[in-house]
Amino acid sequence: MHDMSAHAVHHGAPTSFIRKHIFSLDHKVIGKQYYGMALIAVLVGMVLSWIMRLHLGWGNLAIPGLHLLSKAGAPGDVMTPEYYLQLMTMHGTIMVFFVLTTAPFTAFGNYFLPIQTGAEDMPFPHFNMMSFWVTFSGFIVLMASFFVSDGPTLGGWTQYAPLSAVGSVSGPGQGWGVVLWAISIGLFCVGQLFGSLNFITTTLDMRCKGMSLMRLPLSAWAWFITSVMGLGAFAVLMPAVILLILDQVAGTSFFVASNLVINDQLLPHSGGSTLLWQHLFWFFGHPEVYIALLPGMGIVSHVLVTSMRKPMLSHRVLIYSMGSLAVLSYMVYGHHMFVAGMNPISSLAFSFPTLIITIPSTIIVLIWLGSLYGSKLRITSASLFALGFISVFISGGISGFFLAQPSIDIMLHATYFVVGHFHLVMAVAAMFGIFSGTYFWFPKMFGRMMNEPLGKIHFWCTFVGTYCIFMPFHYLGIAGNIRRYQAFTDDYLMPLIPVHRFITVAALFTGAAQLIFLYNLIYSRFKGPVAPNDNPWEGTSLEWSTATPPPHNNWGDKMPVVYHDPYQYSVEGAKEDYIMQTSPEPVHSADEEK
Amino acid sequence: MAKLLAVTIVIIAILSAIPIITHTWPGNISVGLPQDISTHGVLIDEQYADTMLEAGICFLISQFVLAYFIWKFSQPKPGDKPRRFPGGAAGLVIAAFLLVGTECLALGVFGAKAWGNIYFTPPAADSMPVQVQAGQFAFYFRYPGPDRKFGPLHANLISEANANFFGLDTTNDQDSKDDIVTAEMAIPVNREIHLLMHSKDLGHSFFVPELRIHQDFVPGLDLSVHFTATKIGKYEIVCTQLCGLGHYNMKAYLEVMSQGDYDAWLKQQAALQ
Amino acid sequence: MMGKKLAALLSAIVLVCCGAVILNQKVSAAEEGKITGTVKLDGTAPHMRGIDMSKDPYCVKANAGTPAHLQTWEVSSGGGVENAVISIQGWTGAADVEKSVPVFDQKNCMYTPHVLALDTTETFKVITSDQTAHNIHPLPNPMINVGWNQSQPPGAPPIERSWKNTEAIPVQCNIHPWMHGWFVVVKGPYGTSDADGKYTIENVPPGSYTLQAWHEPDQTQTAKVTVTAGGTATADFTLKAK
Repeated sequence: MHDMSAHAVHHGAPTSFIRKHIFSLDHKVIGKQYYGMALIAVLVGMVLSWIMRLHLGWGNLAIPGLHLLSKAGAPGDVMTPEYYLQLMTMHGTIMVFFVLTTAPFTAFGNYFLPIQTGAEDMPFPHFNMMSFWVTFSGFIVLMASFFVSDGPTLGGWTQYAPLSAVGSVSGPGQGWGVVLWAISIGLFCVGQLFGSLNFITTTLDMRCKGMSLMRLPLSAWAWFITSVMGLGAFAVLMPAVILLILDQVAGTSFFVASNLVINDQLLPHSGGSTLLWQHLFWFFGHPEVYIALLPGMGIVSHVLVTSMRKPMLSHRVLIYSMGSLAVLSYMVYGHHMFVAGMNPISSLAFSFPTLIITIPSTIIVLIWLGSLYGSKLRITSASLFALGFISVFISGGISGFFLAQPSIDIMLHATYFVVGHFHLVMAVAAMFGIFSGTYFWFPKMFGRMMNEPLGKIHFWCTFVGTYCIFMPFHYLGIAGNIRRYQAFTDDYLMPLIPVHRFITVAALFTGAAQLIFLYNLIYSRFKGPVAPNDNPWEGTSLEWSTATPPPHNNWGDKMPVVYHDPYQYSVEGAKEDYIMQTSPEPVHSADEEK
Repeated sequence: MAKLLAVTIVIIAILSAIPIITHTWPGNISVGLPQDISTHGVLIDEQYADTMLEAGICFLISQFVLAYFIWKFSQPKPGDKPRRFPGGAAGLVIAAFLLVGTECLALGVFGAKAWGNIYFTPPAADSMPVQVQAGQFAFYFRYPGPDRKFGPLHANLISEANANFFGLDTTNDQDSKDDIVTAEMAIPVNREIHLLMHSKDLGHSFFVPELRIHQDFVPGLDLSVHFTATKIGKYEIVCTQLCGLGHYNMKAYLEVMSQGDYDAWLKQQAALQ
Repeated sequence: MMGKKLAALLSAIVLVCCGAVILNQKVSAAEEGKITGTVKLDGTAPHMRGIDMSKDPYCVKANAGTPAHLQTWEVSSGGGVENAVISIQGWTGAADVEKSVPVFDQKNCMYTPHVLALDTTETFKVITSDQTAHNIHPLPNPMINVGWNQSQPPGAPPIERSWKNTEAIPVQCNIHPWMHGWFVVVKGPYGTSDADGKYTIENVPPGSYTLQAWHEPDQTQTAKVTVTAGGTATADFTLKAK
């Protein structure tokens, strides 16, 4: 194992611009490419959410210039119902796949997993390069669907069949829009499978001398567990979207039942199963939630430990808990389908694992809290976002108690309660993980520091803003507000519109605050103060012992050798308050892994 | 900065809890559960209240503890040594298993009772059958008429242009001749309804918040639910399963009437066929 | 000398030809005839079911005074059939240029007119007079015309479209499934029967024609007429309700 890293990867530093920055084999460049793509994607997704929110708050408001986006979708700047759904679908797809999965997992993971394991690169650099470019092509294909004749698909990011499988007769965008969506997601799956393969092999086979599995930092563990989940999840979604494409273009009927009539026309399909798509999709879809979340947990744990100046209460328990989340996440997916027409006994069968998954989640939160106890907490932009992560994870996670129970799900299924729940626990939490990681690792990636005061302003606006957006979602849901409605014409929903207006204002504000981050990121990249040394946060893991930014093979001439657990902070009798993993200085601690 | 964060977390936690406790959003907007007009709903509401109590306590306590620790441990004096949490990880793990485990088990078991109350009980023998068909973007209802039999459905005869929403063959099928098709659903109060559900085209859903009934339509599957409404009034049936551009406007009205009003209504609808 | 004469003669011929071409339109307009007639129903008018719009309270309110009903057969007391489209079979002449743009209005959650006749060269407008959103979803045979499906929320500008090939195309609003109408696309002059079943086709050049009357959903009938310059030809049709 230890010898492999010495000769497994040998590709010399590239010299041409194209091989250096575009078709690069270097995991660090690929990581940055992923981050760049996620940044573009998140901007698109955010603008879409602004348009949606404006429409939900003030339905008849003409949004100036909207017709420039789509003449048919917004004639005279008035948004049509289908265009709202199309933007909603694209918002969901872009955010879940191309932001929440790529940024914390494949962007940071690519950059830092090999470094934290002490490897020179990933074991299959060509696959790694393909992973990015295939994913990027998926993104381009998805964007292209904005420009086909009747626009992108309106079926929601879950793309339930048969709405998605019968072609444009079921609505605008349900022909080519769906096909492009499915191709895009298929490509994405291929990209993520390549990525997962590399991540797993890196973790298992590329560790440097002395780096036992338990000596890996929590972020590395999170990426490793996530990539194992990715193998299972994306390998199921890919065939599902292939079958969907066949239903669309080849006249098959995998997901379409017999005798369906739309617009007085009897559809030619027969014999397919509506629920099959839901089972396949959610078998991917629920682990996907944890694929988006776990890397954030890892990053946040990593940042927290460094900021608390003491090791986690238990490294092992955190790792085991994340592992149980991963295993359980495959056993709970049916809670998305409680009222979907499954056998009601299955609903109960899926309900118990869903309730049980709160146990590892609780343990993770308790370990974080227990570790905070008696710490010497340093407040930075990175640690603020890490602490904010804990808060939103608690808030978002606790609403899971409701949705885990089929009896309560009767009232809350497909309402804004669900929207509030998954935005807090998955989207906002994962975004906080991304922000925390960005503020934390920026100096290592670019050799410059980000502006701290701006980072803190960004945190305050984002933290308060996201609560203002997503907490009211829960109240709306309890009152019975259905999601995916472009207007609230029902008698019992109309009184709720002022709440929607409040949310819209909060969303515009919070979105605008992200421009501070964007400015900080771009400004600091070129003009930020040069990082004072290789280890500005006084961290212990391997990324802080190499040069800034790391050289092409990460380590220069000398491969690292690891002597310690990842987080040796406040070690008694040590020269400083931390001992790096590569430092031969002895540690006399009962907790040290053997 | 850290103390500010601690205070902010506390304020957010308290403000978040207020609309939950008061069921009101500023401006006197009600954001609680809609009133319950069903016989089975009381178990669901109890389950919801229990869960809200437990979840609410967990939420407040954990946010407060987080805030307290941030407040307390963020400005260490230079000489401070980090302290370990008393009890260590093992204590927390055991506590999580015991407390959360018991809570989950209890909620799961009692929740199963509320669920089973709806789905594991057969409809009464004298329940009144009503058929509902979902399609883009409207619900249509069918009452069996005096013969108490539903005629067969023929998908190839479905024609919205001719208002033959169900695809009935009233010339040849004896049972279909007296079937009554309506666009709104009327039911007598305090009478068990056996709702037979099927979809004409895509996935839809039948949700009446007040009735505590929520069930998807699955194309190709005939599903059914049963319920008893206990309060006369007009309620909305809404679709919650994304079904296309008119999803937001896919609804029908449910009128719960006295038996006498219902009989008159049915007679009136029969005359319109 | 000979060359000059020839040139003058040719010039004169060219001039006359050009003049004839330019004046042709006006010259023939004076000589065009028209076709009129009545479309009647053989037998009693079928019962048209009332429409229950209760799913959208706006529509209920809009029709509060006069409840709407199906419009498949709109038959007057005298037996005249409304909404039949009469056109000329195998028309090869120039396009019939209408001065006004045909308008398809969504009013009170119904289509006005229920049947809109069009020439293949004509652009028509879909407008909405309602305060509720409609979607316009015509379903042509995909081998003949290209279908579309587009919503028109209140306040949205008119949708302008045209059809390439002749076909009777059903159009539907999915948000209000009872809303059902037709685009009847023809070539050449056409007329649509009014509430009394009367129709008029203006601007028909003299000649013998085969007329076709169309009634929804797929009923057609033909008749032969001869149009004289400035005269009025008559052709009546009698349809049967299936």
